[in-house]
Amino acid sequence: MEMERQNDLNLKATELRLGLPGSDEQPEKRNNKRASSEMDNSSDGEKGDQECAPPTKTQVVGWPPIRSYRKNVIHAKKTEADAAGMYVKVSMDGAPYLRKVDLKVYKSYPELLKALQNMFKCTIGVYSEREGYNGSEFAPTYEDKDGDWMLVGDVPWEMFSTSCKRLRIMKGSEAKGLGCL
Amino acid sequence: MSHDPAEMSEDDERAPPADRGRAEYASPHADQVLENVLENVLVFLTCRRDRNSVSLVCKSWCRAEALTRPELFIGNCYAVSPARATERFERVRSVALKGKPRFADFSLLPPDWGAHFAPWVSAMAGAYPGLEKVYLKRMSVTDEDLAVLARSFPRFKELALVCCEGFGTSGLAVVASHCRQLRVLDLIESEVTDDEVDWISCFPDGATSLESLIFDCVECPINFDALEKLVARSSSLKKLRLNIYVCIGQLYRLMIRAPQLTHLGTGSFSPSEIVQQGDQEPDYASAFAACRSLVCLSGFREIIPDYLPAIYPVCANLTSLNFSYANINAEQLRSVISRCHKLQIFWVLDSICDEGLQAVAATCKDLRELRVFPIDAMENNEGPVSDVGFLAIAEGCRKLQSILYFCQQMTNAAVIAMSNNCPDLVVFRLCIIPRYQADRITEEPMDEGFGAIVKNCKKLTRLAVSGLLTDRAFSYIGQYGKLVQTLSVAFNGDSDMGLKYVLEGCSSLQKLEIRDSPFGDSALLSGLHHYYNMRFLWMSSCRVTRRGCREIARQMPGLVVEVFSWNNNAQDRGEENDIVETLYMYRSLARRVDAPKYVEIL
Repeated sequence: MEMERQNDLNLKATELRLGLPGSDEQPEKRNNKRASSEMDNSSDGEKGDQECAPPTKTQVVGWPPIRSYRKNVIHAKKTEADAAGMYVKVSMDGAPYLRKVDLKVYKSYPELLKALQNMFKCTIGVYSEREGYNGSEFAPTYEDKDGDWMLVGDVPWEMFSTSCKRLRIMKGSEAKGLGCL
Repeated sequence: MSHDPAEMSEDDERAPPADRGRAEYASPHADQVLENVLENVLVFLTCRRDRNSVSLVCKSWCRAEALTRPELFIGNCYAVSPARATERFERVRSVALKGKPRFADFSLLPPDWGAHFAPWVSAMAGAYPGLEKVYLKRMSVTDEDLAVLARSFPRFKELALVCCEGFGTSGLAVVASHCRQLRVLDLIESEVTDDEVDWISCFPDGATSLESLIFDCVECPINFDALEKLVARSSSLKKLRLNIYVCIGQLYRLMIRAPQLTHLGTGSFSPSEIVQQGDQEPDYASAFAACRSLVCLSGFREIIPDYLPAIYPVCANLTSLNFSYANINAEQLRSVISRCHKLQIFWVLDSICDEGLQAVAATCKDLRELRVFPIDAMENNEGPVSDVGFLAIAEGCRKLQSILYFCQQMTNAAVIAMSNNCPDLVVFRLCIIPRYQADRITEEPMDEGFGAIVKNCKKLTRLAVSGLLTDRAFSYIGQYGKLVQTLSVAFNGDSDMGLKYVLEGCSSLQKLEIRDSPFGDSALLSGLHHYYNMRFLWMSSCRVTRRGCREIARQMPGLVVEVFSWNNNAQDRGEENDIVETLYMYRSLARRVDAPKYVEIL
């Protein structure tokens, strides 16, 4: 347990672990699956953890190797069965392909922004009514029902999630301009 | 344009003769005659490899071959500059270009990396006014590029964009309106921006020469009336793949206008609104029955399984069926697949479970290619398909040549069984989704299974491994995989030895892509003897350092060695001993001039 927590406390530079460089996630060890003998010794502590708590499903970039196009389509189908999701396209200036997010999944702006930051690997920062996202290179904007482009965060979440048609993460000087409005 | 996968694997771009036109001739007249004769003979040579061999005989032959090569295939757009390629080959009518490395599909390549079509289309506009066909894969194509293409080639006939991005419906509109002789417009798994342009209406009035219109990946609504009229005036149309915005009622209207279709993508395969009991619906089955030449069926993007019986009339003739967007269960599949005796290519979602695969194995004795995709891409303890369904396929489909199989669990025994039962396997790609997953039953690594594949499948040229693998698996691959050209490795191996086995043993290796595996500089440097024979090497999240990469670059000037990471910028290059996040290196006759800031070329 201790070892696990220590790892989380940012000793990455000096930690001795079995993770490979570049992969931040620990590989999942199933209770009844034995890894190769090298791995056994260090993973005993984790095995104990696994038995107590349900294993968390880690998500690794690009794994499994399914094209994002296929993942989007299939994921969209899955959640259709639950309820009509509110899927909107998200573009980021400079990114080669668009993504889609289901606004129904999020309950608040911080949740949405966190997801967008993860998706596009960027830092959007904190919203303030006066200054927007000043200080960040990026500004999240959305197109509303009237076709106007608005800054994300100005209106209450409910109003936003029902009127948002698509999202665009603006970058660079355009974004800075918005921040000063 | 035919793109036989076997043909697309490699093209050696050798250096063009340095002094073309300035050589001393002992007897100009005789040589000229010889060249003319040679040219007349060479026009019959279609195979790329043969042409490459011919070009090596001598300068004269190289010249003659260059003048008579009608199809230019560039497997890596950065292997040669557009200027150099167009200078050597003067009379090209068809160009195929491949750009980004395959791992770009899985978000492992940062955006704006490159593979721009622009410099190529611009060079070709000047050099090949008679250009008729362009095939692009994983290239970055803009609307402006498409406009240049549409304006520059009056005889242009075929455009295929596979896994491309950067353009939108406005680019398509320009192509549709300007390429008056267009026969083929194939958009396959490409990202197309919705510019809200009605591109379907941009095709010229009057009869068209369209033979193939594939736009199932275009995620924007289309003008259906215009499409219906277009299909009605395209009597040569054989291939039509609709997008998700075409509902089943609309599909019906198109099918009755085009009974000559051989390839059909059905669009959503559900009605646009809720259909009430007693509503009058068209006789979909009769529309399918009227398409007597239909051999390839795909689409089913939002399938309502109640409509599946409509396709029964064509099942007996189907050679290719793509259900990989259809969330159907084993029972629903069985009713279809039990009629598909001639099926050779089958793509499906794992929603059909092991039972569904058993049904496939029972009927499809002629199956050549199988792809099973996961509905749920998360790492789970159990999944709907496993070694059970895999084994059924191995036992039932003895003619299998190509398999791509995603699952949560596998056993060595099932893989070994396939290696014994399916000797014709050329492509073997097994993806056990949970990383480092061992044999479900024995809990051993998956070494023996993959070892059996390389040992018993003597025609194997493409291999993707997964699961818990030690260096032993790689020793098998190096020892037996003498024909392997493409190898994909992810979260496998114990040490540098793994990669060394592969680099030292796989003499046919051309494309090697590795991620998250413990291979370092020592392994990297063991491949020096072979890298010029390869198209590329990709290593991400491994253990190679900047120092190791630099050493490669130093010793092999004919390689471009790119090093990058997502967070890299020019100011922040890192130390020599730092592990590089991504190494992408490839042989090349050119230096990249368009690399983004985060790419460091050593």
